[in-house]
Amino acid sequence: MSSICTTCPYCGVGCGIRTDGNTLQGDEIHPANGGRLCVKGSSVLETLGDQDRLLYPEIEGLRASWNHALDEVANRFRRIVDEHGPDAVAFYVSGQLLTEDYYVANKLMKGYIGSANIDTNSRLCMSSAVVAHKRAFGEDVVPGCYEDLEIADLVILTGSNTAWAHPIVYQRIAAAKQARPEMKVVVIDPRRTATCDLADLHIAVRPGQDVPLFNGLLTWLDDHNALDGEYIAAHTNGFDAALSTAREQGNDWDALASQLGVSKVDLTTFYHWFATCDKTVTVFSQGVNQARNGSDQGNAIINAHLATGRVGKPGASPFSITGQPNAMGGREVGGLANQLAVHLDIDNQEHHAAVADFWQTENLARENGLTAVDLFNAVESGQVKAVWIMATNPVDSLPEADRVRHALMACDTVVVSDCVASGDTLACADIRLPALGWGEKSGMVTNSERCVSRQRPFVPAPGEAKADWWIITEVARRMGYADAFGYQHEHEIFAEYSALTALAGRFGKRLDLTAAAEMSADQYESWEPQQWPLQADPRCFGDGQFATPDGRARFVACKNPVVHKMGDAYPVILNSGRIRDQWHTMTRTGRAGRLFAHLSEPFTALHPKDIERYRLTDGGFVRLTSKVGDALVRVKSDAGQRPGTAFMPMHWTDQFSRRARVDALVPARLDPHSGQPAFKHTPVNVSDWQPRWHGWLFTAATPPAVEYWARVPVDAFLQAGQVQRYRLAGDADLTEQQLHEWMPEAAQWLALNDPSTGHFRRAALDADGKLIAWLAIGESLPLCDVEWLASCFADEQDVQPLSILAGQPADAGPDLGPVICSCHQVRQKTIEAAVEEGADTVEAIGQCCKAGTNCGSCIPELKGLLATSAV
Amino acid sequence: MKKLVVIGNGMAAVRLLEEVTRLAPDLYQITVVGEEPFAGYNRVMLSPLLGGGTDESAITTHPHQWYRDRGIRLITGSPVVAIRRHRRQVVTAAGHKLDYDRLVLATGAAPRKLPVEGVELQGVMSFRDLYDVRKLLSLSAARVVVVGGGFLGLEAADALVKQGHDVTLVHSRGHLLNQQLDEVAGHRLQADLEQRGVKFVMQARTASLQGDSDGAVSSVMLGDGQLLPADYVVQAVGIVPRTELADQAGLSVNQGVRVDDTLQTFDPAIYAIGECVEHRNRTFGLVAPLYEQAAVCASHLAELGHRRYLFADSATRLKISGIDLVSFGDFEGDGETLQLALPGSYRRLQVVENRIVGMVLYGDVTDAAYYESLWRERTDITSLRQVLLMGEAFCKAAAKRGDGEEEIAA
Repeated sequence: MSSICTTCPYCGVGCGIRTDGNTLQGDEIHPANGGRLCVKGSSVLETLGDQDRLLYPEIEGLRASWNHALDEVANRFRRIVDEHGPDAVAFYVSGQLLTEDYYVANKLMKGYIGSANIDTNSRLCMSSAVVAHKRAFGEDVVPGCYEDLEIADLVILTGSNTAWAHPIVYQRIAAAKQARPEMKVVVIDPRRTATCDLADLHIAVRPGQDVPLFNGLLTWLDDHNALDGEYIAAHTNGFDAALSTAREQGNDWDALASQLGVSKVDLTTFYHWFATCDKTVTVFSQGVNQARNGSDQGNAIINAHLATGRVGKPGASPFSITGQPNAMGGREVGGLANQLAVHLDIDNQEHHAAVADFWQTENLARENGLTAVDLFNAVESGQVKAVWIMATNPVDSLPEADRVRHALMACDTVVVSDCVASGDTLACADIRLPALGWGEKSGMVTNSERCVSRQRPFVPAPGEAKADWWIITEVARRMGYADAFGYQHEHEIFAEYSALTALAGRFGKRLDLTAAAEMSADQYESWEPQQWPLQADPRCFGDGQFATPDGRARFVACKNPVVHKMGDAYPVILNSGRIRDQWHTMTRTGRAGRLFAHLSEPFTALHPKDIERYRLTDGGFVRLTSKVGDALVRVKSDAGQRPGTAFMPMHWTDQFSRRARVDALVPARLDPHSGQPAFKHTPVNVSDWQPRWHGWLFTAATPPAVEYWARVPVDAFLQAGQVQRYRLAGDADLTEQQLHEWMPEAAQWLALNDPSTGHFRRAALDADGKLIAWLAIGESLPLCDVEWLASCFADEQDVQPLSILAGQPADAGPDLGPVICSCHQVRQKTIEAAVEEGADTVEAIGQCCKAGTNCGSCIPELKGLLATSAV
Repeated sequence: MKKLVVIGNGMAAVRLLEEVTRLAPDLYQITVVGEEPFAGYNRVMLSPLLGGGTDESAITTHPHQWYRDRGIRLITGSPVVAIRRHRRQVVTAAGHKLDYDRLVLATGAAPRKLPVEGVELQGVMSFRDLYDVRKLLSLSAARVVVVGGGFLGLEAADALVKQGHDVTLVHSRGHLLNQQLDEVAGHRLQADLEQRGVKFVMQARTASLQGDSDGAVSSVMLGDGQLLPADYVVQAVGIVPRTELADQAGLSVNQGVRVDDTLQTFDPAIYAIGECVEHRNRTFGLVAPLYEQAAVCASHLAELGHRRYLFADSATRLKISGIDLVSFGDFEGDGETLQLALPGSYRRLQVVENRIVGMVLYGDVTDAAYYESLWRERTDITSLRQVLLMGEAFCKAAAKRGDGEEEIAA
């Protein structure tokens, strides 16, 4: 098969990929990545395959024809709308959807059903930035582009572990800094993350203190005559109010430094650099957005840029970076409940009339709909009686996630379209619709720098899976809107959407895809990545003209947040976020065993002092409790944590661990302007848990009901399905009978019993002697080489029964430690050996053992090893 | 030259001759009196011989030439009938009168007879010597009942099945080889032999042997009244030390001829070795202690005498029809039991205070010597415990590697 160009399904960097279905590489001509790929992108082909895919529509757990399933969805929605009004139904969609899918979903709900109850998981990550953009610029526009990061003299990364969450952007910054060492990088983050490796200065600010930090900056700029008075006068409003609000905290830098929990030298160095570098880009991400004052935090950053005239100019811009492949596309078409479409507003009469006219509808929603958290509250209260969830997993990703689950379980009608067969949200569904996944579906996505690229299919649809736009369109037709949803091909939808952006232009917005409105199907097929506004400057607002009625940008006076005193009951502040090799709720990355080599279990990172203080054990277990939920995960000592704070990855679901959903802990406290939940600031209690036994279990079956388990897929398949590796721990006494029940039927058994130490091992073989399940239990974790064992499931080779039971070959080589470089599977001790032999730079290590030479996301860890070895 | 007479030409005797002629080749004029009309042969090989795996010439370890080369006079086919201690002389059935300065009793043991009615019937046999094997080999296809699930009984049963007989083995206990194996291994052995065609009646007492009108055995009656039809019955219910000569000569005899740690009887001129002796209240049936006794005794006869025979519990190594098994120590006593079961192989280690006190290996016995050394040296196995049952290679690798700290990244 010849190769095709598509875009990566993961983060908002939106890298181009070239693949022939068997091999894959970065697309050299894609402007986002220029050929680079991170480990997740590099391994995406490993996540394909029919296993655990939803293949057929199901109604109440029974397979149904598409015709029947679509009728059922349409009839239920129709009936509820007719009986209870349009606001009794809702869609909850996703930044995984392609622009065409998003467009028809929005058109159906807002335009024809007549409710604005369509919200998206972008609410959870970007909505505060949307508010900040709209308040400051009059439109949700990211002014800059990636190139700005390379030509800036000062790059500030705030609330962003770029190295892990947006690896290719990080690599672009790293490469630029290597070329121009005088370029400065500041990281603002309570955690010392891998991103800090690149930083000239790390401001380890207390959680939630971005507004005082940037208000302080505004005051400092004023005190030091570093403001661009002309720009402020010519192009902005509201500066005086913003400055006077900022000045309320005074200009005692000692006091501010102490309030922020940083040194005065660091603070003033940062302010000084900002004051003196015209080419400054401030990247902000979830660490800024996911807060009770996320919108103000965004505006406090933008204020500093407006005050220095650094918006939309080469190398000078605030830069909100998105988390999802098409969060931006969703924002464009109106995927949020408080947007109409194409950056227009629901409550604006003129906007409303224009869109209603374009769509030729009388039903167009007149009021903002329910935003994500409120939407599920409405499901809980019964106000919303039917919800259709597409390509997202709110049972894991919303705050108070256990409540969301209960609400969905009690809801009349829950429709879930997804590409996987099992998931925590799918478990709540009455009707399941099989959707196409990456590599199968076709359409457009927009990345963080407004670059619109194609996702192209290169593998056939599994089972009866269909494109999301097709599913939505079919339901729309069955609800009586056939005339408005007559699309035969995704190209027609994109053309319609592009034409609609003419309205944006009419109302002074920058969003402009009108040049694509007349394109042919062939042109659509051969579309090459382009930034919007199409056929215009890649940056917006560089001329000082904004999308507000008067064309001026607006300062937003940002008040410092009210400081809540920490209670004794929940003394630790829990932060959540991504890890390097996983993405979202692992529905895709969780299919590639390789991506667990970096971090295989859910964990909570704490400062060593806190580990001591709360009598935990590094590598042991911790029970976390908050006001709304609890979790049980491993403990990881991390001197990069601020004492008093904890970090937990957001990825683990009930599909991958017993009780590790971080969002079950997070209370639903929202930014008042954006409705975005404060995921980064959850007060929790931590306590030690010491299991009485530990174990490993390899099986294709479901995990046993024990206190702790965490799953890693093994790249091996049996008749019963994919082999999974489970790490187990428990409190209750085990009987041999239980162990037996955890294992499948088998023709032959290997068994070890040492009951006095609680050490048991079992290996199940089929009649041909092939390994089909493996179990080891002990008072401490039974010794074995889990990767070697995984290979025993995959290979047909004859292995000695004793080795199988031991879980390692008798002639096992030395333990090489954890995998550091996932791409080349290079282990820690191999790298240390290279360093010992004289490799004193990352490049030299790469030449020695290939580590760090592909995606480069392990380079911070390589540097860490170099630093440790140097001591 | 002094005169040394050895009564018996079994495995202990032959080993003694080897040792004495090696240590003191010119000290004695040696005469050996063997009851059987054969030169030295390996009794352990009788089972393979019966099973058809070898022939008589191959199991002859010491042909007549061997004796001639060492100037040893070998008298066979004429058993000793009396020991005249006051004359230091023995007398054979054929009338040989043999003077001695030193006499060694290596008279061995006789198969124990079933203590039931009917043991004298025709067709009731034992499995002890070359005569028995020849007889068993001459049988035409028939129904054979073997009584006794010890080593000899199992070997006989397996060999007879291979000869084409319909074989049923009757054992009084719940599992086979109950002296050498625990229940799990015993049951495995039974299953493996059943696969080869041997039928078993377990936990069965033999009540009597029934005969037909010709005086030939026809069936075995069990304690519960069950009748097992039998054209032949092989008794394999243990051995009895042969002590008649010693008894007649007035030596101290209990279960066997009593000897001290130098293998001397109560008469300083007379030694005794092998299955006929009783040493510190113990009698013997396996070859390893016999060889040790022969070596100690020989050192005294060679007048180099400084060694003592102190029974050292050694591992029992057996091969039942090609299935290896090794056991030692108190494998069913107090303490902690570690077990490992694989298809075709089984291990049990008994541990007290982190030291191995007993072991059963069945099937794969490659690690027997390793465990035996841990047992003898009373090695603390705490650090090896997780991989102890996997054997030497894994224990060595674990010792080299150490217990790595488990990381979340693992």
